[in-house]
Amino acid sequence: MATAYKVTEPVAIRISGPIVTAIGMHAAQMYEVVQVGELGLVGEVVRMIGDQATIQVYEDTTMLKPGAPIQRTGAPLSVWLGPGLVGNIYDGIQRPLPGIQAHSGAWIRRGEKVDSLDTEKKWTFEPVASVGDNMMPGQAIGRVVETPLVNHLIMIPPELHGKIKRIVKKGEYSILEPVAVIEDEYGTHEITMMHRWPVRLPRPIRERLRIVQPLITGQRIIDTFFPIGKGGAAAIPGGFGTGKTITQHQLAKWSDADIIVFIGCGERGNEMTEVLREFPELTDPRSGRPLMERTILIANTSNMPVAAREVSIYTGITIAEYYRDMGLNVAVFADSTSRWAEALRELAARLEEMPAEEGFPASLPTRLAQFYERGGAVTTLSGKPASVSIVGAVSPPGGDFSEPVTQHTRRFIRCFWALDTELANARHYPSIHWLHSYSEYAEDVSPWWQKQAPDWTDLRTEALTLLQREDRLQQIVKLVGPDVLPDSQRLILFVAEIIKDGFLTQSAFDENDMYCTPEKQITLMRLILNFYRRGRDLIQAGVPLVRIRQLSCVPQIIRAKTAFGNKELEKIAELEKAAMEEMDGLAREYNIKEGTVICKTT
Amino acid sequence: MQNNIVIEDKGLQYVGASRIEGPLVVVERVRDVGYDEIVEIIDSAGRPRFGRVLDISDKQAVVQVLEGTTGLSNKNIRARFLGESFRLPVSRHMLGRVFDGLGRPADGGPAPLSAELRDVNGMPINPYARRYPREFIQTGLSAIDGMNALVRGQKLPIFSGNGLPHDRLSAQIMRQARLLEEEVEFSMVFAAMGVKHDVAEFFIRNFRESGALARAVMFFSLADAPSVERLLTPRVALTLAEHLAFDCGQHVLVLLTDMTNYCESLREVGTARGEIPGRKGYPGYLYSDLASIYERAGRIEGSPGSITQMAILTMPADDISHPVPDLTGYITEGQIVLDRDLFQRGVYPPIAGLPSLSRLMKDGVGKGYTREDHPILASQLFACYAYVKRVRGLADVIGEEELSALDKQYLKFGEAFEMRFLRQGEYENRSIETTLELGWDVLSTLPRDELHRVSDALLDQYYRESKDVVCEVSV
Ligand SMILES: Nc1ncnc2c1ncn2[C@@H]1O[C@H](COP(=O)(O)OP(=O)(O)OP(=O)(O)O)[C@@H](O)[C@H]1O
Ligand SMILES: [Mg+2]
Repeated sequence: MATAYKVTEPVAIRISGPIVTAIGMHAAQMYEVVQVGELGLVGEVVRMIGDQATIQVYEDTTMLKPGAPIQRTGAPLSVWLGPGLVGNIYDGIQRPLPGIQAHSGAWIRRGEKVDSLDTEKKWTFEPVASVGDNMMPGQAIGRVVETPLVNHLIMIPPELHGKIKRIVKKGEYSILEPVAVIEDEYGTHEITMMHRWPVRLPRPIRERLRIVQPLITGQRIIDTFFPIGKGGAAAIPGGFGTGKTITQHQLAKWSDADIIVFIGCGERGNEMTEVLREFPELTDPRSGRPLMERTILIANTSNMPVAAREVSIYTGITIAEYYRDMGLNVAVFADSTSRWAEALRELAARLEEMPAEEGFPASLPTRLAQFYERGGAVTTLSGKPASVSIVGAVSPPGGDFSEPVTQHTRRFIRCFWALDTELANARHYPSIHWLHSYSEYAEDVSPWWQKQAPDWTDLRTEALTLLQREDRLQQIVKLVGPDVLPDSQRLILFVAEIIKDGFLTQSAFDENDMYCTPEKQITLMRLILNFYRRGRDLIQAGVPLVRIRQLSCVPQIIRAKTAFGNKELEKIAELEKAAMEEMDGLAREYNIKEGTVICKTT
Repeated sequence: MQNNIVIEDKGLQYVGASRIEGPLVVVERVRDVGYDEIVEIIDSAGRPRFGRVLDISDKQAVVQVLEGTTGLSNKNIRARFLGESFRLPVSRHMLGRVFDGLGRPADGGPAPLSAELRDVNGMPINPYARRYPREFIQTGLSAIDGMNALVRGQKLPIFSGNGLPHDRLSAQIMRQARLLEEEVEFSMVFAAMGVKHDVAEFFIRNFRESGALARAVMFFSLADAPSVERLLTPRVALTLAEHLAFDCGQHVLVLLTDMTNYCESLREVGTARGEIPGRKGYPGYLYSDLASIYERAGRIEGSPGSITQMAILTMPADDISHPVPDLTGYITEGQIVLDRDLFQRGVYPPIAGLPSLSRLMKDGVGKGYTREDHPILASQLFACYAYVKRVRGLADVIGEEELSALDKQYLKFGEAFEMRFLRQGEYENRSIETTLELGWDVLSTLPRDELHRVSDALLDQYYRESKDVVCEVSV
């Protein structure tokens, strides 16, 4: 492109929204970070042609002019990794939002420069290696208690190894002070508690592992019917207001992961505020500590610059990988991957790339695959088992799952929680549809559940079968009404309602119900299915369905999930006993001999 | 090289455009012009029109003319770049005044005196600096207060359709909205995009009658104004709202109508630029663009004020999956959906029972806010009404007589719910207690055992055992 500027210094020659074209950029690298204009707006090189570079700018470019100077940094976009991440909230390019607030108040101005981690703060570093030790990449040289929940290992960065020449004693250090010196064939290297890692580059691992552990989420429909494994990937698609965010919040609160990374990617500001307000007050059911002590938030809300939205996903997943490398189980939540895909689309359009389906760039499937591939159960470089689980929300236009983002995402995940607008409208929450959802991890994690309850597989299968039969029966009912069905089939309709009201629905706002332990899940399932089995036998022996419907235990069974806490399982057992006695009464009334009733009450 | 620059006392001006297409004007060989800079395009009669720079290179500037390009010619126009982005003078003295879509006085009064100039694009609120919306706003409408409560700082749009009473409804809300505790009055910022004169008249009259005019600011970009102007109108209105809320500490209720017109203008500009269209021809960035408007609501730390936003949009062909309502629903904190069927059956306000939702309701109702039983009552009403819908579907197939006794009871409940609870007068202002009691009245038309979501304790307290309280349904 001919230009009016005869300069060799890099300058902008065109500005179109977040895309800036610059010349004088010879020898710049792809994905190198640059600073644009007097304000030093942060940008990233996304295309190089000759000495001309296309830059994606992470901040608003209003009043930026051709001729604006460009400063190169020579390094790709990287995050800071070290103690101080947990409990923090960042924007898409890892600028801490509290720091920005302290600096410029309630509004995010342009050109904010705040360090990602506090460089002044002293952490207690405790060495776990000694002089002379041969260190491999990723091996720990020390640890820091980052929060009472997080034992932060200080590791040799993945690209280094060598013999420890010096290491500090236990004491207080800031993240920039060297805590050790190692020596390899090229010389010596200082190790600090913080290192940087380019966000677009997956951190290395030793090997991938098979998924065998469930990620326990405390959500019944997920854990019991459509479980996700530790290291698994799940998608949660649904139209607006169907419950993607609430479900992800529930998972972020109650999952038995060691670290939670929540990426608010192009969604609402208030939702992040809600997490910030709630998490410090909620306690982890396992440790009794505030949930914020294991949570990291990335907030690039819908009104923040779209280019930073694109990168926020990578910022989050890189931080997750870093904690994984310490041998931890990390769960990443991305709300919403559709907004991220739209950011890709918007940037591609500005770059005048050829669009593929619905304007999305042809690289969309590759980009999605790369993201989900960064999850998994692994052996870390230092030989520890660890995992990154990924749950991505998908927001299909019009709630129609046939659109490109949902369709491509399906190829890279193995667990699909399909949210249903009709269920949500009926306030059936979580509105995960039991017939449209699936989990390929169910097989993988069933040995774990069998250990909790030998009859788990049977319970699960029986309940799912009931729900499927109900769906078929409902087709008939819709045509001719329920009266034509025999009582045995109407019992199925009745019990399916009990399963929905008493098991599948789970309020995120009810003290007793928001988190349901695996034990309680099993107990409730058994309660309902024993009621069904016994009812089936009674009907076979001639008891009319109305009598079973009218039993006083019915509303109690439905309310058991909220009436009893996780520690009151014996009360559910009592309820079951009472229910069975009530049904025994019915049996006596209809002169059913002992023994005709074949159901066991476990 | 042809020189298109003239120096005048007003500064640098460029003569002529290389291309005029739709709302866009391309000016060549400009210098020292910034992205999003504001431009005055002066037509041959010497009349200036505002525009802004959409794309700037060292060769040319693409200018979007906010006041339309009708009557502009390539040769004769002059472009003056003003060296700044679009800014609005803001002041609390703008209350009680009427402005055009770009913030210029439209009531014959003088331009407001103000030292404060604000970029109309605003800045994103730091999520860390937000305060979570909590306080319940009583609108006096049972359908909203009881089932889809509005809280201070929320953005809750009204999804309507042509011919439905969204104007009357929003006027009623603006008339009646108040907080339970404090006697603070809302300031109102009203922005009309592409609506007809009679609608504007209707709102002015309403504000006048309710005595709210002095607390209201109106921005009108009416149907006969150039359509691109509308792109700025909501931003202009929100810029003032932010000043009133966060600098002056006021509680501001913002009403934006009609967002569908806004989106159409956006589509127009996109098409003129030759952009790749997305769904139904709307630009791919419609979501982000709408978010830059809707997210300008809420509360922030360190300021007592708040912005509560109600955007009205008409769903083309009543289709809720149309991109405009769809993307709005993905950004706002719920939606109030108006239902043609209810309206035709004489129910005002015709607020659809199931698709309406207030996502922040959970944070503003219940113990300490309204009444302890409120959340559960709403949830149970929703559940029962959802069942009514199923029974009605069934009744259509097999006939009402064939329904079970229980299902028939549900139909009765449905009637009572719609006619007693939802329906109310345009000037009927119900207290939250009245609404809740009414809710229990209609719930009590169902057997107690059916109310699975309510605990025994609450049922003991609120369920009406004696059937004589059950209201007669008058249609
Ligand atoms: N498990 C639940 N318990 C109770 N209420 C729920 C639950 N899940 C969803 N809801 C209700 O549904 C509303 C919408 O949920 P949510 O905000 O998660 O939707 P979403 O799918 O993220 O929508 P969007 O795509 O617009 O962000 C919530 O405000 C809440 O009222
Ligand atoms: Mg959401």
